[in-house]
Amino acid sequence: MLELKDLHAEVEGEGIEILKGVNLTVTKGEIHAIMGPNGSGKSTLAKVVAGHPEYEVTKGDILFNGESILELDPDERAHAGVFLAFQYPVEVPGVTNSTLLRESYNTIAASRGREEMDPLEFDDYIREKLELVEMNPDFLGRSVNAGFSGGEKKRNEIFQMAVLQPTLSLLDETDSGLDIDALKIVSEGINKLHGEDDAVVLITHYQRLLNYIIPDKVHVMIGGRIVKTGGKELAFELEERGYDWLESLATVNGEAK
Amino acid sequence: MSETKALESMIGEDYKYGFTTDVEYEDFPKGISEDVVRMISAKKNEPEWMTEFRLKAYRAWTEMEEPSWFNATYKKPKFDTLQYYSAPKNKPKLDSLDDVDPNIRETYEKLGIPLDEQKMLSGVAVDAVFDSVSIFTTFKEKLAEAGVIFCSISEAIKNHPDLVKKYMGSVVPIRDNFYAALNSAVFSDGSFCYVPKDTICPMELSTYFRINNMNSGQFERTLIIAEENSHVSYLEGCTAPMYDENQLHAAVVELIALDDAEIKYSTIQNWYAGDEDGKGGIYNFVTKRGACRGKNSKISWTQLETGSAVTLKYPSVILQGDNSVGEFFSVAVTNKRQQADTGTKMIHIGKNTKSTIISKGISAGNSNNSYRGEVKISKKAENARNYSQCDSMLIGQTCGAHTFPYIESANPTGKIEHEATTSRVGEDQIFYLQQRGISEDDAISLIVNGFCKEVLKELPMEFAVEANKLLGIKLEGSVG
Ligand SMILES: Nc1ncnc2c1ncn2[C@@H]1O[C@H](COP(=O)(O)OP(=O)(O)OP(=O)(O)O)[C@@H](O)[C@H]1O
Ligand SMILES: [Mg+2]
Repeated sequence: MLELKDLHAEVEGEGIEILKGVNLTVTKGEIHAIMGPNGSGKSTLAKVVAGHPEYEVTKGDILFNGESILELDPDERAHAGVFLAFQYPVEVPGVTNSTLLRESYNTIAASRGREEMDPLEFDDYIREKLELVEMNPDFLGRSVNAGFSGGEKKRNEIFQMAVLQPTLSLLDETDSGLDIDALKIVSEGINKLHGEDDAVVLITHYQRLLNYIIPDKVHVMIGGRIVKTGGKELAFELEERGYDWLESLATVNGEAK
Repeated sequence: MSETKALESMIGEDYKYGFTTDVEYEDFPKGISEDVVRMISAKKNEPEWMTEFRLKAYRAWTEMEEPSWFNATYKKPKFDTLQYYSAPKNKPKLDSLDDVDPNIRETYEKLGIPLDEQKMLSGVAVDAVFDSVSIFTTFKEKLAEAGVIFCSISEAIKNHPDLVKKYMGSVVPIRDNFYAALNSAVFSDGSFCYVPKDTICPMELSTYFRINNMNSGQFERTLIIAEENSHVSYLEGCTAPMYDENQLHAAVVELIALDDAEIKYSTIQNWYAGDEDGKGGIYNFVTKRGACRGKNSKISWTQLETGSAVTLKYPSVILQGDNSVGEFFSVAVTNKRQQADTGTKMIHIGKNTKSTIISKGISAGNSNNSYRGEVKISKKAENARNYSQCDSMLIGQTCGAHTFPYIESANPTGKIEHEATTSRVGEDQIFYLQQRGISEDDAISLIVNGFCKEVLKELPMEFAVEANKLLGIKLEGSVG
C-alpha cells in the first residue's frame, strides 16, 4: 500500500534536511507504529507523505498502491485515500465542522466516482460516526477545532477519519492529550474502522496506546531515519530502556552513508 | 430563478464581462464647461430648475479641489478629456422591449439580466443603465399597482418634478464633495424610486450598471424615498468591459426614510479591476448616503465590493429621527493591484439612535484594503449606541490591510463599542483543508466565506449563494 524508498526531504528553500533516507513498507491490512525521540522527524514524515508544501523531497520516492504520488497535490493524495490526523490540528475559524466534512466527503466521493450524499442522508451518516467516537453533536456546528480542548481536537481528527474512510491513515500522536477514558474510546473507534483493505500508521510516544491498538510492526525513528524495526514487543523494550541504546545505530548508519 | 442566473453569469470565470458592444454613440464634445452642462440638460429636455441645479453644481465644482486624503495612489482622471455624456444613439425612450437596440439587448443577455419579461418569474424589477442612459424599466405596471414609482431619474424629473425637487440634493448637497459636485453637474441618468405611505414594495428592485464606452465617465444618480411606514429593498450590480485606460465612475445615491420606514440597499460591485500590473480598471468614487429622517426609521447598506481598480466609498447614514437605526455590512475584497478605501459614517442626531457596522476586508495579491469609519454622536443624541466590528484578513505576504476608526462623541450617554481583528490565512490552514480533499482554491473560498458569513447573510437570499461564488473566483490562485 505505502512504500517509502530512501526518502530524503528538507525544509523548502532552507536546505535543512530532516528526512535522511527513510525506507518503509506498509501492506494492506497492517497497523504500524512509529516511535522515536522528539525532533526525530516523525511528524515531518507524515506531512511529507501527505504532501505538505513546506517540505521538498530531494531524493527517493513515495509509492502509494504502487504509484509515485510525489507529483500529486495534497488534495489529490487525500482523494487517493491518504489521511493525516494532525499532531496539532489546525483551527479554521468560520468554517464549521459539518461544512468541512460535507465538502470533504463529497469532493472525495466525486473523485472516486461515487455518488454525493444529499444533506439529509449525510446528516444521518455523520451522526452514526459521531457515536463511534462518542462525540457530542454540538461539535458539528462549531468552527473546525476553534476553541476545542487538546483532547477534543484529537477526537475530532478520528471523527473525520471515520467520516472520510481513508485507505491509509497516518495518526500523529493522536493519543497525546486524550484522557484515559477518551483514549480507550478513540482506540476502539480506530480498531472498528480498520479492516483488511486499509492500513494505519500510528505515531506515538507511549506504549500504552499499543495495548489498545495492536501493531503488526514497530519502527524506531532517530535522526530522520528508521533505525530499528520489530514486533510489538519492541515498544515494551523502548518503554524500559529509552532511546539511548539506539542512538549509536543512528550515527553508525549516518557515517556509513 | 432568473436572479440567480443573472448573478451566476455576472460572476463568471475570471472577468468575462470584458466584452464591448458595438452600438452607435451619440457623443458630446470632450471635457467639461458650462456649455457642456447646458447641452446635457438640453439633450434631456430638462426643465429650467434642473439646468440651474446642474450649473450651480458645476460652478461649485470648479472651485473645489480633488481630494487626496485617502489611502490610495493612482493616476488622476483627466477631467478635461473625459466624455461626460454618452448615450446609445437609438433613443432609449421605449415602450416595449422590442424597441431596445438588439446589440444592447444582447449585452444584457450576456450579463444575464432578466430583461425579458417572460423570463421574469422571480419578480425582480430591473432598471438597466447602459453607459449613461437608463434603457428600460421592467415591471413598471405591477409596481404602479402598488403605487410604487420605479423609473429612470430622467423620467422622474419629467413626471414627478415635485418629488425630485424636494429630495434631490437634500442628503448629498451639491457641495458635499468634489465627486458629488461633479456628479450633480453632469449626471446622465440613474434610478428613481418612491414608495408611498404604508406600502411594502411588492418585489426586490434592482439596477444593473454597465459602462461600455471607452472614454466616458459614468455618473449615475439614484434617489430612493420611502414614505411613512413603507419598506423597500434595492439591489445594484455593476460590470464594465476591460480597457487599458482607467474609467471613472462617480455616482451619487441618496436614500430618504421617513417615520417607521425601512430601506435596504445592497450592492454587488464587480467593475473591471484592472490587470495584474494594475493597468486599466474602474475608478469607483461614489457618494452614498441615507437619511433616517423619521422616527423609528431604518437604513441598511450591504455591500460586496469585489471590483474596481480604485474604490473610494463610504455609504453613510444620518440618524435624525428618534429611535432610528443605521446599518452597514460590508465585504471588500482586493486582489492583484486593487486599492480600496471604504467604510461608513454613522451620524447620530436623534435620541436612542442605534448603528451597527460590520466590515470585513480581505486583501490578497499586491492589493491594499483600508477600512475608514466615522461614528459621530452629537450633543442631542441621548442614549445613542454604536457597535463596530472591523475584521481584516490577509492572504499572502504582499498585501496590506488598514483600519482607521474615527469616533467623536459629544453626549456622555452615548455608548460606542469597537472591535477589530486582523488574521492571516495560513499555509497550515490551507494544507489542513487540502488534506481533507478540498482543493486550494476551494479551501480559500471556504475560509473567506466563513470570515464573511455575518455580512453575506444580509444580502437578499437569492444572491447569497452566488456572492459566495464571486468571492471564490475573485481570490482564485491568490496563494502560492
Ligand atoms: N519548517 C521547519 N523549519 C525548520 N525546522 C523544521 C521545520 N519542520 C521541522 N523542523 C525540524 O525538524 C525536526 C523534526 O521535526 P518533527 O516535527 O518531524 O519531529 P517529531 O519527530 O514529530 O517530534 P515530536 O515527537 O516532538 O513531535 C525538528 O528538529 C524540527 O525542529
Ligand atoms: Mg511530531
